[in-house]
Amino acid sequence: MNKIVVEGLKYKYPLSDTLALDDLSFQVKEGEFIGIIGKNSAGKSTLCQALVGLVPHFYKGAYGGKVFIDGLEVKNQTIADISLKVGMVFQNPFTQVTGSKMTVYEEIAFGLENIGIPRSEMIARIDYVLDLLKIEQVKDQNPFDLSGGQMQRMAIASIIAMKPDILVLDEPTSQLDPAGSEEVFQAIQSLSKQGITIILAEHKMEKVALYCHRVLLLDDGKMVDINTPGKIFSRGDLEQHGVAAPVYTRVCKELGVRKAGTSEFPVTLAEAESVLRGRKI
Amino acid sequence: MIKVSDLSFSYRKGTPVLSGINLELDQRSTAIIGQNGAGKTTFVKLLKGLLKADEGDIFVNNHHVKETTAAELAKTIGLVFQNPNDQMFKRTVLDEVMFGPLNIKMDKQQAKENALMAIRMVDLQGKLDINPHDLSLSEKKLLCIAAIVAMDPDIIILDEPTIAQDHAGKEKIKQIIKALKDKNKLVMTIIHDMDFVAENFERTIVFNEGKVLLDGDTRQVFSQKDMLKKAHVEPPGITQLAEMLGIQETILTVEEFIHRNKEAARD
Repeated sequence: MNKIVVEGLKYKYPLSDTLALDDLSFQVKEGEFIGIIGKNSAGKSTLCQALVGLVPHFYKGAYGGKVFIDGLEVKNQTIADISLKVGMVFQNPFTQVTGSKMTVYEEIAFGLENIGIPRSEMIARIDYVLDLLKIEQVKDQNPFDLSGGQMQRMAIASIIAMKPDILVLDEPTSQLDPAGSEEVFQAIQSLSKQGITIILAEHKMEKVALYCHRVLLLDDGKMVDINTPGKIFSRGDLEQHGVAAPVYTRVCKELGVRKAGTSEFPVTLAEAESVLRGRKI
Repeated sequence: MIKVSDLSFSYRKGTPVLSGINLELDQRSTAIIGQNGAGKTTFVKLLKGLLKADEGDIFVNNHHVKETTAAELAKTIGLVFQNPNDQMFKRTVLDEVMFGPLNIKMDKQQAKENALMAIRMVDLQGKLDINPHDLSLSEKKLLCIAAIVAMDPDIIILDEPTIAQDHAGKEKIKQIIKALKDKNKLVMTIIHDMDFVAENFERTIVFNEGKVLLDGDTRQVFSQKDMLKKAHVEPPGITQLAEMLGIQETILTVEEFIHRNKEAARD
């Protein structure tokens, strides 16, 4: 079943002369894990915001085409209604903190209070996300006393607690160390396996290659391609679109070594290792 | 340029964030890596005099940090914060970048000259009159680098410079680091992007639980797989691939890997 349907989406921010999103059309199935890649200002964050309704409801501007979330057309719904289906984790966690709560625990409760979740259910959900994102030990601290990495985990936790069907994440691990980043990706993957649809804008191509089912490549607001990581990262014109393939793909491209029986280059460490093993290096 | 001896620090009594740090930093570009909470940001705040050490001494270019005001130190050592919003408060890009130089009593003409040069260095010259808050996150990060560079300190510390940068943005930061190095500045960074460390920094220091676990040439540090594991740090992807394929020496970049492959093919 298609969870997200985008048809000819065009969008221009107020006071801007150029289209931030230029005629995008694609579908996402329930439970899919989609990566959005592209250089800065390609439209990644704008597309994320269009899926949760902040474009056009919050930013206004000129809007054309259609976005359906679970059959509901975003343009005709309020942000509040859309937020019951889609949760979004912002690029900069500092902008997501409410500023009205004194502890991490209450901060995570904020969204739940807003949608009227019963107290016992709230407690269960908060405990679950504190554990999932490994921030149990800071639950009584003030959100603004957290490190960048902890704040990012809290931002993700507060959205997951809302139990959205669709989770949109805009560079969710930018502030995290490699181990922390890996932990968060695994947490997201486990949600994906539970059937939650994931949309992730990301610059860490090695992670996109490892975790995403399909990758959407944007450039100048246009969709260049949507396909498997292997197909996308094997494209010869990635650099022209301002994207560098995962390091494993780059090295195999240089050496001209493809995956056996395909026209694709390896995109993960394991794939690169298996094609290069036995070669004289 | 910086000498740190027996440095200890804690935010709350009984839970030391840093303990027994001894380091000498010279002109080599230096990356500080380690887990979140290892004490990296606290360490550089101490160097800059934004925090006061519980124990131990820090000398920055012969200034005894304990006995020097943060204002005085600002002429010598500049820190670009991780979160640009902590650092911006002017109405235009140009004013923002001129603020630092004026604040350390540079004359207006010189401040403007420095600011324009720094803005050109980060490639924001087309946005002089824009409000900093209207820039994208990646542009804000570049603006904050310019704001520090314009003060012309001998030591520049970048806290997570590659966050929110795409491929082109990282290349830009690479060029900025190189340009600063050519001007004999000490460039230090706190960073989680190991590929970027391997490509750009001569020396790497690994922090773990408030102590220095490893310190040395970047290649030598990334060869110590077990110690890195202890600090929850992974070597760069290409280094891991080379190691899995049984290559003895430590490979740091794709270019090195390809070069080695060509040599092997020739033999």
